[in-house]
Amino acid sequence: MEIKEKLIEKILLFIALSSISILALIAFFIFGEGLPFIWKIGPHAFLLGERWVPSHGEFGILPMIVGSFWVTLGALLLGIPLGLACAIFLCEWTPPLAATFLRPAIQLLAAIPSVIYGFWGLVVLVPLVRTYLGGPGLSILSGSVILGFMILPTIISISEDALRALPPYYKAGGLALGATHWQTIWRVLIPAARSGIVASIILGMGRAIGETMAMIMILGNAVKMPSSFLDSARTLTTNIGIEMGYASGSHRQALFATGVILFFIIMILNSSAIVLSRRRVE
Amino acid sequence: MVTQISEGLKAEVKDLNFYYTHHQALKNIHLQIAEKKITALIGPSGCGKTTYLRCFNRMHDLYPGNRYEGEIILFPDQLNIISPKIDPIEVRMRISMVFQKPNPFPKTVFENVAYGLRVRGESRRSLVEDKVEKALKQAALWEEVKDRVQDLAFNLSGGQQQRLCIARALATDPEILLFDEPTSALDPTATSKIEELIMQLKKEVTIIIVTHNMQQAARVSDYTAFMYLGEIIEFDKTDKVFTHPSKKLTEDYITGRFG
Ligand SMILES: Nc1ncnc2c1ncn2[C@@H]1O[C@H](COP(=O)(O)OP(=O)(O)O)[C@@H](O)[C@H]1O
Ligand SMILES: [Mg+2]
Repeated sequence: MEIKEKLIEKILLFIALSSISILALIAFFIFGEGLPFIWKIGPHAFLLGERWVPSHGEFGILPMIVGSFWVTLGALLLGIPLGLACAIFLCEWTPPLAATFLRPAIQLLAAIPSVIYGFWGLVVLVPLVRTYLGGPGLSILSGSVILGFMILPTIISISEDALRALPPYYKAGGLALGATHWQTIWRVLIPAARSGIVASIILGMGRAIGETMAMIMILGNAVKMPSSFLDSARTLTTNIGIEMGYASGSHRQALFATGVILFFIIMILNSSAIVLSRRRVE
Repeated sequence: MVTQISEGLKAEVKDLNFYYTHHQALKNIHLQIAEKKITALIGPSGCGKTTYLRCFNRMHDLYPGNRYEGEIILFPDQLNIISPKIDPIEVRMRISMVFQKPNPFPKTVFENVAYGLRVRGESRRSLVEDKVEKALKQAALWEEVKDRVQDLAFNLSGGQQQRLCIARALATDPEILLFDEPTSALDPTATSKIEELIMQLKKEVTIIIVTHNMQQAARVSDYTAFMYLGEIIEFDKTDKVFTHPSKKLTEDYITGRFG
């Protein structure tokens, strides 16, 4: 008995350690390939260079940083109001029985493979944008809309949890002073749940920045500085996704270096989400 | 038969029954609330004091299935505040509530007190500032917080937070102020401050206070109602209830034989 317990403990420890060390190994590998490259061409030329022409040895990723930035911003502009509205509706107006069906349905949205979102965007959204707004249709606008929908489950479920976790005396106190339901939500409940809501937004943002497949399909992948929401663009992730298959030598290293930058951005976003959601618990 | 009072009335409860879905928590309650006096509700835990108090500002409307029967008439306009035809928000505009545990909002001291004004659409800055200051003074908190009204309310002590909640309720000039065991979460010093404050406040507002602390009822109130199992057993002037209770049950309770 004793020995069996010990054995199980050791096995679990081994599994835990090996998964952590695999993660560490991946990070080590990306940094090992990417950092020396950044060092070689200089962080300035890499981060602020506007031209990405690997065949000529030009490796500036500013267009991709800008592309990622605009697509993510657009996704948030759509995803935050829509997601918050859904969370509030689920928490405050949906009858409990209906909510028990809706909640898993929303979580299911997160399980739809991103290629499906991309496919839908390509078939439905892109032609709409092209016909009614002009441009190639494969654009920042189309990407933002799709990405906005893709981050909804994250924003909805985490915000709703934050609202639901509030002690009931906030709502009672807000209403007892003569406020309407909506005034209580807006002036008491949302500020009280703020850190959880902010965490949901940051996690949604992380998902948006990391999304690759759907963006390869919808954004048009042009390597140039986008000048409007109707332009094609390329993000940091799609840059890696498209070119990694055939890259070699310093081109390959440049893609790893792109990964390093992504790694930093995601790390910063996730740690701030963790810090913020901890604060909520206190 | 419950004693009739002879002073000016602020409210009259007639044949009030209340149901949590199927469970009847209040039975045939008759009671008169004297204007600008303090009425205390005492009784053992679970007898329905909180349930009764929450009828006065329609807090039971938050949950479906809760049902009122009977009337609570508010004077001078003789409005039946539990009538389904009356908007609970209109009632809560006139009858405010302070809860058992201090529940300041996650906002600054100033914004906590200004909340009631803001939800009424008041946006004139100087008027809001004046009313906030006045309410904090009424709640005997101004001297302690006047230099930190922009601090978060959570930074105040428990007793200060409860006085802040009182100020928050006072800022909109309610006609009746409801207190549900407002000192049960506080230490003795903070408690006596709040008691003093409540006695001061009756000059301006009618007060109903729930307490399971009989000394507190005896100290602060003008009238006392003793409740048991959802009914009012005895109601009279406070000295009368505590010195010459007319019912055996009341006497047993105030002498500590049960509860
Ligand atoms: N939300 C509720 N749903 C059902 N029954 C309740 C609810 N709240 C209180 N009760 C019941 O109503 C009775 C009165 O409760 P309450 O008014 O809280 O008593 P008190 O404040 O005097 O301690 C108790 O029997 C209690 O169990
Ligand atoms: Mg109670």
